[in-house]
Amino acid sequence: MSGVAVHLKGLRRTFGSVHALDDLDLRIAPGEFIALLGPSGCGKTTALRVLAGLEESDSGQVLVDGKDVTRLPANKRDMGMVFQAYSLFPHLTALQNVEFGLRLRGRRKAAGRAREMLDLVGLSTHANRYADQLSGGQQQRVALARALAIEPTVLLLDEPLSALDAKVRVQLRDEIRRIQTDVGTTTLFVTHDQEEALAVADRVGVMKAGRLEQLAAPAEVYLRPATAFVADFVGLSNRLPGTVDGDRIEVLGSRLPLVAPHPGGAATALVRPESVGVVPDPDGPGRVLTASFLGPTSRVTVTVGDQLVVAQVSGGELPDLTPGTAVRLELRPVPVATE
Amino acid sequence: MAGVIARRARRQRAFRWAVLVVLGVFFALPMAAMVEFSTRTPGTWSLLANWSRLDETYPALAEGIVASLEQAALTALLMLVLLVPTAIWVRLRLPRIRRLVEFLCLLPLTIPAIVLVVGLAPVYAWVNYLVGGSALTLVFAYTILVLPYAYRAIDAGLSAIDVTTLAEAARGLGAGWLTVMWRVVLPNIRSAVLSAAFLTVALVLGEFTVASLLHRTNLQVAIEFLGKSSATVSVAVSLTALLLAFVLLLLLSLAGSSRRAKK
Repeated sequence: MSGVAVHLKGLRRTFGSVHALDDLDLRIAPGEFIALLGPSGCGKTTALRVLAGLEESDSGQVLVDGKDVTRLPANKRDMGMVFQAYSLFPHLTALQNVEFGLRLRGRRKAAGRAREMLDLVGLSTHANRYADQLSGGQQQRVALARALAIEPTVLLLDEPLSALDAKVRVQLRDEIRRIQTDVGTTTLFVTHDQEEALAVADRVGVMKAGRLEQLAAPAEVYLRPATAFVADFVGLSNRLPGTVDGDRIEVLGSRLPLVAPHPGGAATALVRPESVGVVPDPDGPGRVLTASFLGPTSRVTVTVGDQLVVAQVSGGELPDLTPGTAVRLELRPVPVATE
Repeated sequence: MAGVIARRARRQRAFRWAVLVVLGVFFALPMAAMVEFSTRTPGTWSLLANWSRLDETYPALAEGIVASLEQAALTALLMLVLLVPTAIWVRLRLPRIRRLVEFLCLLPLTIPAIVLVVGLAPVYAWVNYLVGGSALTLVFAYTILVLPYAYRAIDAGLSAIDVTTLAEAARGLGAGWLTVMWRVVLPNIRSAVLSAAFLTVALVLGEFTVASLLHRTNLQVAIEFLGKSSATVSVAVSLTALLLAFVLLLLLSLAGSSRRAKK
């Protein structure tokens, strides 16, 4: 299998007065794994469904490998899809489910190919089980095998992990990435879980109100958010008032570089908790309000005047930061977004 | 405390048995009376078991039995052909008109059979003119009569599965709409379809009003005629038809149980 390029070109879709897609433009390179991330109702699932042919756009084009498939029905698009809801056919075994698409294509040796796919997702021993005899994670694996068996041009994943418990979700997430890297199929993954998106994708697209706010590598989305919305949505951010002076903003006595140019004057800086250092200091302006142990890291809330600041510190620092301790804050000079 | 609970349990058990006995007598007594009455004339039941003798002795009854069986089979077939794809299509593609379709399908339940016949009479005048007065033409009227029961059964089956997701999954794998219906949805509502078919057969085998008023033959019309000349045979056939309906309803219940067991 090899990937193809996908271009969603100027897609618009409205439901009543709601603009689910508002001139959405998205290019996916051959074999690339793109994750669309955003809050509920931002249009990410609609974009995926329009690409799958399960939803029609009001205007715009869907180009796959340079060909316009906008008006092609879903069953002619040759795309594999894994749904949020369990979608295995209940009257068929796992093997028959995987064979389904192959038999529709009249493929010889469908059973052999289906067994290969079940092996790929680690379920060859469950071939003769029905959906109700499989766990949620196993059902989604079979659904993935079924989607990949037909050698789709594009693999579409519509929040396939959201119904699973946390541990299975992480396992399957890594497995999806491994398999996608193996087969090289162009993949569009829709999720509202930022950790999931950042962990698996080559690039992450953050959507808001039917438009892409930013499309970039996970590290860039996190470290250099293009807009205040992205900074706010991806990871936690402290909203700290400051003053912009040139290409820097002065916040809590520190001068931080800006992600994007700002006209100057008063602004709010969006500072990540891990960029905030907390140092015990009897003369410091801050007081520790709460301190929570989270395992590998700890979270400390500090009040500075009437401002509340959340900081992420290492577990070892926690004993010195009990509630009421006087502290000073040290902001690391990483670029910040402003609003 | 334990004594109070035990006394309450005994009282509840006694009440359950009392209800069961009263209901049992209520249902069993008429049937026992039918058995007693139908055995007063020797040879009645052996006659029913011998089709060629029955056909010779009571040709109208034999004709009624055959007509009813044919009507039941054809009504079930026509109902399934019309209703199953419609119900699936409405679920998948036209969910907005689902309430309207449900209302239309349930309408025959609210219209008395006699009123329905009054409305159907002019239609059947045309049916007579176009395809003749065969008893099988009742299939059209019966298909309307069974709609409420069949629709509820099929709709319940469709509600039990995520039709939309299954259909979208199948479409994504390359299935056309016919394949989706035939190979994905239908196998998953098999029990519901069977229930609808059994209900149809039971209803058609017991139908009298429409057939009689439209001057067609079926089992119940034949029984009514026969009652005037040979009451014992008439009662024996009625009892057999009743038992057949019971068996069908039992099969329906078993089909439902096997579906639940599989889940």
